[in-house]
Amino acid sequence: MAEQRKAVALISGGLDSMLAARVVMDQGVIVEGVNFFTGFCVEGHTHAIRQKDRAKPKRNNALWVAEQLGIKLHIIDVIEEYKDVLLNPKHGYGSNMNPCLDCKVFMVKKACELFFDGAFMAEHGFDFVITGEVIGQRPKSQRRETMPVIARESGADDRLLRPLCAKLLPPTLPEREGWVDRDALHGFHGRNRKPQMALAREFGFTDWAQPAGGCCFLTDEKYSVKLVDLWQARGSRDYELDDIMLLKVGRHVRPNERFKLIIGREAGENEFLSGYKYRYAAMHTSSHRGPLCLIDGAPTTEDIQLAGRIVARYGQGRNAPAVTVSLERPDGTGETFETTPLPANELPERWHV
Amino acid sequence: MSDSAEHTLDTRGLLCPLPVIRTQDRIRELAPGNVLHVLATDPGALHDIPAWCRVHGHEFVGAETEGRIYTVTVRVRDI
Repeated sequence: MAEQRKAVALISGGLDSMLAARVVMDQGVIVEGVNFFTGFCVEGHTHAIRQKDRAKPKRNNALWVAEQLGIKLHIIDVIEEYKDVLLNPKHGYGSNMNPCLDCKVFMVKKACELFFDGAFMAEHGFDFVITGEVIGQRPKSQRRETMPVIARESGADDRLLRPLCAKLLPPTLPEREGWVDRDALHGFHGRNRKPQMALAREFGFTDWAQPAGGCCFLTDEKYSVKLVDLWQARGSRDYELDDIMLLKVGRHVRPNERFKLIIGREAGENEFLSGYKYRYAAMHTSSHRGPLCLIDGAPTTEDIQLAGRIVARYGQGRNAPAVTVSLERPDGTGETFETTPLPANELPERWHV
Repeated sequence: MSDSAEHTLDTRGLLCPLPVIRTQDRIRELAPGNVLHVLATDPGALHDIPAWCRVHGHEFVGAETEGRIYTVTVRVRDI
């Protein structure tokens, strides 16, 4: 009997990677999944912040897909390594700050490192990598010209199999060696999703995640604008996990290059922001109910006064003649002062990041 | 003979999927029979850690809530 082969599948939690894994499983190959957490994944954490989202049933889509397929899923923290992908993408960015092609190269390469001769290899020994890529599906990364680039630059070479569009590409090692039957693979292309829907029905899948705008915040225009603003204000293109998490939360107001305010929009966000008081100065109106606001940057005394007026403008004292504002700094010092809420028409639109 | 030693992992303050990633990494270092108590503040851990246990064949023992802190308990299986 032929040796049973093993493949590692990149699982995003969406439909295509789920189908790709299943197509190969149906050929008797043992499949395990891998999911990479870059810090920009739309998955998970963002759902836990806003109060209104707490009641929604939430799941980790990649884990859910693994359960549907009956495969193991390894979730890997690549936050640190991913910085170089985002900050120095060899192939540049898509329409926002999304380095999709470099990202795909990175993930396939990482899967090879871990599963071919790395941490998970010891007792297993995987033979090839599977992705859910479809030619023409994504404008930046999933094009006919990019397919060989990903295979070459990741080092996977012909051990990278795309079961959904394999028939449109040269035969890979798993096909040539007969580990998988090329005739049972697919030739999907373009942005039309109907072939995937039909295949999903064939497999009996009735539910899958369809995140609007993909599964990465970097494809989101508003998010990308905030990220670039952060880099410009700091004069350096770098970030920590806390920075990129905070870009997903609250109202961001930058009155000048010295400081930015992150203002909670509801109770869940206020609570989330309060967890960052150890790192940022925090401000709220103590005389009236209102949001919590973090101050990022190095504000002057005058800036602090302006920050107080802005925070007051988003609280219940916005129409009061005067409110009391409290400032707490991470070193434990603080101050309390009276101020006048900033009228809405004195808050220029350009301050909103 | 399995070792039923109990261990605790603190993931308070981390947002999903970091609690489940830390759980996965810690369990890789533990022996079959060991019990791991994971402390978390993200309610997503209540869903993700049991789901991770199901796909890997480890035993989800139970979960407790005390205020805003969740404790999810897992028993490591020999897989």
